[in-house]
Amino acid sequence: MTRPRLSTLAIIVAALAVVPLAGLSGSLLNLMIFMMIIALAAQGWNILGGYAGLSSFGHAAFFGAGAYAMVVLQTRFGVNAWIALVIGIALGALVGAFIGFLSFRSGLKGSYFALITLAFAEVARILANSTNFTGGAAGILLKLQTGLPYLQFADRRYFLLIALGFVAIGLLVSWWLEHSRFGAYLVALRENEQAAQALGVDVFAVKMKAIAISGALTAAAGCLYAQNYLFIDANVAFGSWISIEALFAAIVGGSGTVIGPLLGAIVLLGLGELTKMVSGGIPGMDLLVFGVILVLSVAYSPNGLVMLMKSLGLRAPAKAREA
Amino acid sequence: MYSPQIVVEALLNGLMLGAIYALIALGLTLIYGVLHIVNFAHGALLTVAMFMVWLACARYGLDPYLAILFVAPAMFALGYGLQRFIIGPASHGKDNGILLVTLGLSIIIENALLAAFQSDTRTITSDYSFKVVELGPLLLSFPRVVGFGVTIATTILLWLVLHQTDIGKAIRAVAKEKLGASLVGISVPHVYAMTFAIGCACLAVAAGLLMPSFYVSPKTGAAFVLVAFTIVVLGGMGSIPGALIGGLLIGVVEAASSLFLGDSLGQIGIFLIFIVTLLVRPTGLFGARA
Repeated sequence: MTRPRLSTLAIIVAALAVVPLAGLSGSLLNLMIFMMIIALAAQGWNILGGYAGLSSFGHAAFFGAGAYAMVVLQTRFGVNAWIALVIGIALGALVGAFIGFLSFRSGLKGSYFALITLAFAEVARILANSTNFTGGAAGILLKLQTGLPYLQFADRRYFLLIALGFVAIGLLVSWWLEHSRFGAYLVALRENEQAAQALGVDVFAVKMKAIAISGALTAAAGCLYAQNYLFIDANVAFGSWISIEALFAAIVGGSGTVIGPLLGAIVLLGLGELTKMVSGGIPGMDLLVFGVILVLSVAYSPNGLVMLMKSLGLRAPAKAREA
Repeated sequence: MYSPQIVVEALLNGLMLGAIYALIALGLTLIYGVLHIVNFAHGALLTVAMFMVWLACARYGLDPYLAILFVAPAMFALGYGLQRFIIGPASHGKDNGILLVTLGLSIIIENALLAAFQSDTRTITSDYSFKVVELGPLLLSFPRVVGFGVTIATTILLWLVLHQTDIGKAIRAVAKEKLGASLVGISVPHVYAMTFAIGCACLAVAAGLLMPSFYVSPKTGAAFVLVAFTIVVLGGMGSIPGALIGGLLIGVVEAASSLFLGDSLGQIGIFLIFIVTLLVRPTGLFGARA
């Protein structure tokens, strides 16, 4: 198991923070913001799917809960953006607890759990799409107001730093999992639920905590997404694309590892952009590449890029320590 | 508000659409029953079959029902190859691996179709598209009546294949006891691939039945995926009669909820059934295994 030190994580975050200060702008800056948002969503997925071994196909439910909380609270109730952000994150945890309570009480796992999370996300999508309160099919626009209190910035590099801050929190949460009793419970649960239960782990409570943390992190990604693009509709916020990208990034990078989701998001989206450039205007080529990478990584590197690098002797932490 | 005739017509048409749903679910449940895998690529494979039917009709002027005779073997071969050479080896036999590989495949297929055909929706014009069958005072859509009949026939055929042929016996043996089957000389990878192939051939039949009254775009299959899973879960994963009855039931539920709730909310009835079944009785109506 790769267990990066805190100092390694600090160096990674610092390195990412230096990039925009070095004068990144335009579409590359936008890409990097998007990478951070997906990385955050993937970090959320990783808590549940990676550490606890409960693959969700419906993390859009949490992402959308955060995104809608962010936009609806600001536009309909005039709530301050930062407070809306906190409420959005809490809502993600709550939605997680709700889905978790129902599914874990019935003992769902494996493909059944994947399917029910997908169904919950779809129900949320249909409801958001046909309710006026959430803007219906037309979606909702967020007013452009720059300034710190509005969490919108004329210089988008500030927004990148805030997104990066959340990714750093995500790294810390995963780091804590690797070093805490709770994290050990999660891994025990993944490896053998019966054995964990027999040894006195309160399986239900552990799963509930995991899905709440997972939901909160992914909801934070949804909040940032809404705040960055200033527009959401049901297909964006609750669409299956985000469930898939969160899962892809975590698995390709290395599920159940601290830096896997971040690494996966950067590599996948980077490759996706590259494919778009190379293939010109052909639609769907970037996703096609994602699909191929997913199949290849399940086939040849089931433990993700992090482990692949490790087995090739390019252990990321060691390299970072030298730097 | 609604005259009884409209309601009865809607429900009957729903029942017959449900028959085609059942056919899609039949392949899915067969694959689950034997391989114990959730085939996430099922919807995308349905899209492939629908595009094949569309090509056969639009390019070569074939009758959509006749096209099934060509598309079914093609889908059979595709399914065999996918399971034998991609899904089987790539997933290392792990549940999670299979789930992810089939998810990856569905994304590859969907986007390859998107790259090849763009996102336009395509339809075929056939003589049947708007034909109706009069049943006393009721008007029923002709393609759906055909769909209903062919589904029943296909289910019976599938049942016969499973119970009367050698490969059917091998499939049932592998479904019951994989290790025992391989000990008596059955090639498990071959049986897995044959099962997958039969499931894909069912999709070809469903595609031929759908095309006269439906449209196809690269995302069409995705719309059917959750419906098919709902049917499979409702009927009991792996149960063939369960898939048939579940399909008919879901067709009626969808017709009723779109009649009373409108099209956009209509699908919610299906998902709620899905969630409630999973929570309350994950073995479904006819399933034996948890």
